[in-house]
Amino acid sequence: MSKKVLLNSKEIEIILHRLACQLIENHNDFSNTALIGLQPRGSFLAKRLASILTNDYHVENIHLGLLDITFYRDDFRRRDEPLEATNTQIDFLIENKNVVLIDDVLFSGRSVRAGLTAIQSYGRPKNIELLVLIDRRFSRHLPIQPNYKGRQVDAIDKEKVIVHWKESHTKDGIYLENK
Amino acid sequence: MKQLSVEHLLGIKYLNKNDIDLIFETANHFKEVINRPIKKVPSLRDITIANLFFENSTRTKLSFELAEKRLSSDIINFSASQSSVKKGETLIDTVNNILAMKVDIVVMRHPNVGAGVFLSKHIDAKIINAGDGTHEHPTQALLDSYSIKEKLGSLKGKKIVIVGDVLHSRVALSNIFALKLQGAEVKVCGPTTLIPKHIESLGVKVETNIKKALEWCDVANVLRVQHERMDIKYFPSTREYTQLFGINNEILDNLGKKITIMHPGPINRGVEITSDVADSDQSIILNQVENGVAVRMAVIYLLAQQIKR
Repeated sequence: MSKKVLLNSKEIEIILHRLACQLIENHNDFSNTALIGLQPRGSFLAKRLASILTNDYHVENIHLGLLDITFYRDDFRRRDEPLEATNTQIDFLIENKNVVLIDDVLFSGRSVRAGLTAIQSYGRPKNIELLVLIDRRFSRHLPIQPNYKGRQVDAIDKEKVIVHWKESHTKDGIYLENK
Repeated sequence: MKQLSVEHLLGIKYLNKNDIDLIFETANHFKEVINRPIKKVPSLRDITIANLFFENSTRTKLSFELAEKRLSSDIINFSASQSSVKKGETLIDTVNNILAMKVDIVVMRHPNVGAGVFLSKHIDAKIINAGDGTHEHPTQALLDSYSIKEKLGSLKGKKIVIVGDVLHSRVALSNIFALKLQGAEVKVCGPTTLIPKHIESLGVKVETNIKKALEWCDVANVLRVQHERMDIKYFPSTREYTQLFGINNEILDNLGKKITIMHPGPINRGVEITSDVADSDQSIILNQVENGVAVRMAVIYLLAQQIKR
């Protein structure tokens, strides 16, 4: 099993700032925007972006939510391991908001599909965009593409993209692992 | 990853502590779901559930039905009073006919003890016991424990008294199993005629003085006097029962502490509990009803997770 570094912590920091700037370009003062991290892994990225927007770019009133998609997945009872739910924390109304769904790696697109269905339970958003840190091209099962992406990666099926956040591991880092 | 250690929910007796923890964790998520603007998830779209009620029920049936609908399953309802059971059909025949319609989960209430266990040995579907005679009512005990936990934070070391008709109560037996499993201390209190012999062997204590029982406890779970199951007179009159075991504001005000009052419903207002107590801020009776839907969603979801196609 070999492991290759795709992005180190410095590169991740630069990319996060670029993504934050792109969001500001399109969402202006964020008054009608909701950043929604897909649980569990997208929440790290969503929280990090929200803190960069607040602390470095002085954007106020960020609506940050975390969305659990377990009950909306299409592989319930079809995988060997049972699915485990996580918390949903959305304490504002989604109705008529510009929603940005946030996840770390876009692979088959099925999690995002589940996220699109799940978010509708909280109201009818004005529109929904997708932000991902890593976009694995050529691996999509569904016609889903990101609006904002950190880095595009061409990886074969045997390879796996591993994302480490300093909140859960000791430092940030994105690795390509050969199974 | 976690899953239940059992294939059916026949009684709390068959569960372990981890199962209860898993059900409560999952119920937390569903409680959030049922408080959303759109209170529904699509998880069980391809699951069909039959609700077989061979005995009358209002809230349990509604609660199960709502839980199933919130999970997007298809449901069929059956009640014995309007069916061929009256024409002499056996339980297995009735259920097999229903299963021939490709049903995955059976929720059953039956007047006979052990009906769920019997059925689980003969048919190929998940069984959830919604009450079998005077034996067990596991989902009620789970929602009771969940509601106590929500109110008091934990059950470990908490003192719970079950008041009233323990002899005829499946809620009492399931509650005793569930509470003991989670480390609570349990007492039962009622007329000696309505306390089963040898109940101490389940690790509970018996108290016949309601005031002493309430002074001791953190939570009082008040049971309904089940007139319909009483073939003989167990106490002289309802009036006397109310005087000796009824819970009213006067008794509660003299305790010097605020205890939590629960009731599995339906309430005989003015018999085992007065209206002002049932509607007071000490009562969590309506929380129990809300939590019932979340807990039943969790049980159904976790059992459905085991179904392989």
